Amino acid sequence: MITGFLLSGFDRRARWTVAVLAALALLVPASNLLLPEDSLLHVSTYQLTLFGKYLTYALLALSVDLVWGYCGILSLGHGAFFALGGYAMGMYLMRQIGARGVYADPLLPDFMVFLSWKELPWFWHGFDMAWFALLMVMLVPGILAFVIGWFAFRSRVTGVYLSIITQAMTYALLLAFFRNDMGFGGNNGLTDFKDILGLPIQAPATRAALFAASALTLAFAYVIASAVTASKLGKVLVAVRDAESRTRFIGYRVERYKLFVWTLSAVMAGMAGALYVPQVGIINPSEFDPSASIEAVIWVAVGGRGTLVGALVGAVVVNFGKTWFTGALPEVWLFALGGLFVGVTLFLPRGIVGLFARLRRGDAGGRTAGIPAGEAAP
Amino acid sequence: MSGVAEGSILYLDQVSVSFDGFRAINNLSLVLEPGEMRAIIGPNGAGKTTMMDIVTGKTRPDTGDVLFDGSIDLTRLDEAAIANLGIGRKFQKPTVFESHTVEDNVALALKAGRGVFQTLFHRRTPAEQSRIDEILDTIRLTARRSHPAAGLSHGQKQWLEIGMLLAQEPRLLLVDEPAAGMTDAETAETAELLKRIAEKQSVIVVEHDMTFVRQLGVKVTVLHEGSVLAEGSLDAVSANPRVVEVYLGR
Ligand SMILES: Nc1ncnc2c1ncn2[C@@H]1O[C@H](COP(=O)(O)OP(=O)(O)OP(=O)(O)O)[C@@H](O)[C@H]1O
Ligand SMILES: [Mg+2]
Repeated sequence: MITGFLLSGFDRRARWTVAVLAALALLVPASNLLLPEDSLLHVSTYQLTLFGKYLTYALLALSVDLVWGYCGILSLGHGAFFALGGYAMGMYLMRQIGARGVYADPLLPDFMVFLSWKELPWFWHGFDMAWFALLMVMLVPGILAFVIGWFAFRSRVTGVYLSIITQAMTYALLLAFFRNDMGFGGNNGLTDFKDILGLPIQAPATRAALFAASALTLAFAYVIASAVTASKLGKVLVAVRDAESRTRFIGYRVERYKLFVWTLSAVMAGMAGALYVPQVGIINPSEFDPSASIEAVIWVAVGGRGTLVGALVGAVVVNFGKTWFTGALPEVWLFALGGLFVGVTLFLPRGIVGLFARLRRGDAGGRTAGIPAGEAAP
Repeated sequence: MSGVAEGSILYLDQVSVSFDGFRAINNLSLVLEPGEMRAIIGPNGAGKTTMMDIVTGKTRPDTGDVLFDGSIDLTRLDEAAIANLGIGRKFQKPTVFESHTVEDNVALALKAGRGVFQTLFHRRTPAEQSRIDEILDTIRLTARRSHPAAGLSHGQKQWLEIGMLLAQEPRLLLVDEPAAGMTDAETAETAELLKRIAEKQSVIVVEHDMTFVRQLGVKVTVLHEGSVLAEGSLDAVSANPRVVEVYLGR
């Protein structure tokens, strides 16, 4: 059943996306490790890590598109799920440091010794095991999303009110994680990682492996998202997006459908965060910043909402732009981002992917799960 | 009281509902027998749509009983539960899933498991496909099956909604103004279609178009200010002086 289900996700677009990601997973690390540094095709470790980070952003964007593009739930708090997945991974990486920290405590991470804590808080137990940490990467965001969604969808909170709840959620977590006594390293967060799965985290080979893992996880998540949206359930989601109460009157329990896709999406965002942290080498409360979640929504809008592949394109394109701008004209970036969002909303309601579909077909209709023009904006 | 409810498909007794102090439904009582088709007429604002809202769980009545199948209390159930009991509804303003194709609109409404995981792993069976084809044929939208519903004319949307209603295979159909926006020929066809449906299912039709109501040839209930003003054949109620007064007086 599961195999048949996943196979149903391999439409033309998914086959292309998976092929491209698989090729990247192979070629980019190969070029980094095997080609001489003066070769034109050589990818530096810096570039590889940077692009690996974009891939984790693309996974976050994919998760946002799943709920926003297909079910009309505009989440302004997906950064929280991303950050929670990141913290779960960060806790694993902290425990791997062991006695190699500055204070050389075999059990306690440096920041706990610094705060003169005597023992490991209960919620840090188990994170020395990779399998446990990986489970938490998915469970913690998943359970939080399930609980919030269960209350919100059951009470039929929709639209702007739901967006505000998600924004409040990430803001509350931001404040909580800033506190030293929460036990997550306060505003410094978790950093100084040494190794992952026994491999030195800074080594080029490890970085290459993390890049490949990001690309392959993204490909896998894409196939799942594609299968979900192509299924009858995916059609119910679009029905909910377009006419929620009508969907109820033909007998669908809308809140359960929302809860399913919302939780799935949060798990994906958590996985993105978990892949992000070992590549950037740090996780701190700024990942909970509401603006981070809003940026993720902009990536999706720019790439093309309700297309899946648009989320990937948008995340990569906007972040390339961000890297370039913050290097060349740092003070202009926020204006450029805002301008981009307004421009896309006004002139490209279906984003980059919609534009290409239109150019190719020479008509107005791209295959974008049919978001009516002018509705791409929240 | 329960004696009347027994054996009925729909039973409303002394139902009232107010919106901000305004009584939209006022002591409304109505009984529909299984297999019966009933036409409901009444001036604008008489409470016809609100009555359907009450039956389908959109609006909770302040007082009164609403029973389905003689015993099931509809006032305690939500929209999805009521739909799954076998009560289908066509809205006054046709509402279809605009970005879905005509075929997908029917497929979504098709009687089948409504659970999250049932739909996630659902594969369309040949039986379902032929049922969809049959319905598309009935509502004359076969040629438009792979077009988005957004592009349909008003009348076609009405028909698509009727098709979705058929796909649900409900035991009771509530049809709000099905002929609005249709040509005379389409109106006549709609009447024929509803009569065919009524051979197997119970139907309540709300309509302003008297020609249409006459074509249906069924018992008529006249609603006025939220309660029943008259009941009987169309000729009988048309001759009722109070009905004449209500219609002429507006
Ligand atoms: N949710 C609501 N809130 C406030 N008032 C309402 C609501 N629903 C209906 N009403 C009022 O209740 C009255 C009955 O409305 P209803 O839509 O049931 O009339 P109707 O008989 O269907 O009329 P029409 O023939 O115009 O469709 C109207 O005065 C309407 O304004
Ligand atoms: Mg009405």
